[in-house]
Amino acid sequence: MNTNTLTVNNKVVEIAGERNLLEVIRKAGIDIPTFCYHSELSIYGACRLCLVEVQGRGIMASCSTAPEPGMVVHTDTKPLREMRKINIELLLANHDRECPTCSRSANCALQDIARKLGVTEVRYKQLVKNLPIDKSSPSLVRNPNKCVLCGDCVRVCREVQTVGALDFANRGANARVVPAFDQDLAQVECVNCGQCAAVCPTGAIVPKFDCDKVWEAIYDPEKIVVVQVAPAVRVALGEKFGFAQGENVARQMVSALKLMGFDYVYDTCYAADMTIFEEGTELIDRITNKKVMPMFTSCCPGWIKFVETFYPEFLPNVSSTRSPQQIFGSVMRKTLPEALKVKPENIVTVSIMPCTAKKFEAQLPKFATNGRPDVDVVLTTVELEHMLESMGINLKEQPPEAFDMPLGFSTGGGVIFGATGGVMEAALRFAVEKISGEPLNQVDFKEVRGLGKRKEAELNIKDTKLKVAVVHGLGNARSLLEDIKAGKAHYDFIEVMACPGGCVAGGGQPISRESNFRSARAAGLYHTDKERQLQKPQDNYWVERCYAESFGGHAGSHEAHEKLHTNYHNRSQIFDAKSVILQGNAENPLVICVTICTKQENCPGQKLLAQVADFLKKEDLAEKVTLMAAFSSRPEEDGTLAVSVGDELIARSGTPEEILASVKTAIKKVLK
Amino acid sequence: MQETMEQTNAMIEHLAAVNKILEKYHYQEAKLIPILQEVQANYKYLSKDMISYVATSLGISPSRVYGVATFYAHFSMSPKGKYVIRLCDGTACHVKKSHSVLNALRERLKLSPEKQTTDDFLFTIETVSCLGACGLAPVMLLNEEVHGQVTPEKALELVDKIIADEAAKK
Repeated sequence: MNTNTLTVNNKVVEIAGERNLLEVIRKAGIDIPTFCYHSELSIYGACRLCLVEVQGRGIMASCSTAPEPGMVVHTDTKPLREMRKINIELLLANHDRECPTCSRSANCALQDIARKLGVTEVRYKQLVKNLPIDKSSPSLVRNPNKCVLCGDCVRVCREVQTVGALDFANRGANARVVPAFDQDLAQVECVNCGQCAAVCPTGAIVPKFDCDKVWEAIYDPEKIVVVQVAPAVRVALGEKFGFAQGENVARQMVSALKLMGFDYVYDTCYAADMTIFEEGTELIDRITNKKVMPMFTSCCPGWIKFVETFYPEFLPNVSSTRSPQQIFGSVMRKTLPEALKVKPENIVTVSIMPCTAKKFEAQLPKFATNGRPDVDVVLTTVELEHMLESMGINLKEQPPEAFDMPLGFSTGGGVIFGATGGVMEAALRFAVEKISGEPLNQVDFKEVRGLGKRKEAELNIKDTKLKVAVVHGLGNARSLLEDIKAGKAHYDFIEVMACPGGCVAGGGQPISRESNFRSARAAGLYHTDKERQLQKPQDNYWVERCYAESFGGHAGSHEAHEKLHTNYHNRSQIFDAKSVILQGNAENPLVICVTICTKQENCPGQKLLAQVADFLKKEDLAEKVTLMAAFSSRPEEDGTLAVSVGDELIARSGTPEEILASVKTAIKKVLK
Repeated sequence: MQETMEQTNAMIEHLAAVNKILEKYHYQEAKLIPILQEVQANYKYLSKDMISYVATSLGISPSRVYGVATFYAHFSMSPKGKYVIRLCDGTACHVKKSHSVLNALRERLKLSPEKQTTDDFLFTIETVSCLGACGLAPVMLLNEEVHGQVTPEKALELVDKIIADEAAKK
């Protein structure tokens, strides 16, 4: 007999490097229920559902027990069954059991496990605390009354994303998962990626649903409702309707959307192609004119908020190109009124995204045309699923239909945007051809595909050497940024996607229990890319024509810069200790913030603060501003900027007099 | 503006003092609890600014530090009085009528379970689960000073004396 075995319910099972007993048991074909165990997260051992009996040792949590040869394990004895049941009953006793109205109903681990374990009654008194529901974020809704304290969200946010927006607070019966200081999610460093919602076993954190806004628009006969659908949506939407994992259901989806009442159905892949025109042109410009390098991609709003909050010193490195969603919004607002012969105010633009952060992005004031958001409503894949179900549409029965033209036309390069490495690959298809000046025949760049933590490639394009890297998951992004800062890594061009696996596994996607769902969905996109006649974004004739008609003739034109590019904000001071010097009474006072380094005796910021205050008093502007001091112990080179005036940052360079002069100019520019 | 400027300068001084504590512990994340203890010892409580400042200086998320600060009863996130009275309400003290002491003190200082600190920040009254001196029940701590076998009369006497002394100082 092989010595490296143990027995599970009298069945001999081999130990083959499993980290814990639970994995061995699951390999043996017994799916013990768990809340707090995720193979990608650290082991927490809190939910006590994975309890097993080990002969000679007693009852223990299998997730936090190392497998040892010769162990005799039972997963289902009378005491175990009772304990599991009691645990579920206790969780149910203080769970807000408004299940029919919960967006996770029928896809909830608590519901599922209670049903599987045969919990038909709860013997304990219902105790719901009626804690306030946090709807502050445009992306996510937190309902602490549905939290089972498994800590999955806490660990995914801290360990995988290295953001740490959530943690446990208080203890015992008062323990809760909250953002810092019990603040609302919108007030803290949350980047809206929604990975917390993806791991939450219940409805305690869910994407914010905006379906009603879309129904309203559809029901309004005056309105023409147009929709763009992101690449990753088409390879995940089918799962619920019996399609194979990762199958591209774009064509059935188009007819379903038409059936729902959308007037025009367009493809975000079109805008992805256009993104490559802008981003590729920007990259070549940065290389040839020796501008700030390396360049980072800017498609992912989770990544953008991450870099704005934690690494503002890298903001000049982020491509100024808007994300495909916002490029599409801009194109729609600019071209559709004339193309469709509709009054601009009657066009409602909807986007369907695999992403919760896209909801945050769309509502940023900078992405608006004539005071109206370029994208009116962002729906997630999950919301579309719900809307289809609510209308009784079975996707599987829909006849295939094509996207509306011309904004529904795209190349394979635009399609692969939904997987990690896809943006890079599409950009390389563009850049290599443009830099070399020769037609590119081999368009696959397989080095940047797949789920590796950091994917690298080195290209020699004539005289130009291009070193690229692709990371996904913000923890991997952080370690790459740290390596760059420490001089340990050098790249020219870097793609970052906030979610592990890229958009195919975004926070707005259907939650899958299959272990290979990321690669299966990505494979669906790469397969579609292969089937396309055109694979290089620059071959998109309709995009070229759009430039000719509406955006100054070519990528990187003045009009393109105005409408297809953006700027970023330093959000790094969100948690700095602050003190308010002047608080004006005007509506929306201009926020001026002076950073003072506490490690430096007589920090020049102190004097500057007094000078700025005097200036504001003398110029009679005190009522129009909020003047604050932010205190930091971080050294200057960490990107802490000395003064911010509204969104403008005045960097800590030059003499104090020069800085003061630029501050004065910046204030006058805004207020006069 | 004069006033807010002065407040800002005071804050810079406070934070410079916190820097000293952080330096003493070499900015180690693992030393978070002793760091918070010392910060609280200096300022009587942990303000939101102090927690944020410690978190950003150590490079850990403020939610984590907030979690630690709210987990331990020792840490307080609201300002406390100059004199902190901790009355034991463990089993032995409870049986020995610690409640009558508590009620008498609360009545005299116009405090309640919700309002634990007087408006002049002179007194804070808290209950603790056990001070480990059950032989002296009921037990009361006045700052670091232990008072055993307290009665409502004795407790009020102590408090009144402090009030009189403080008034005399002014």
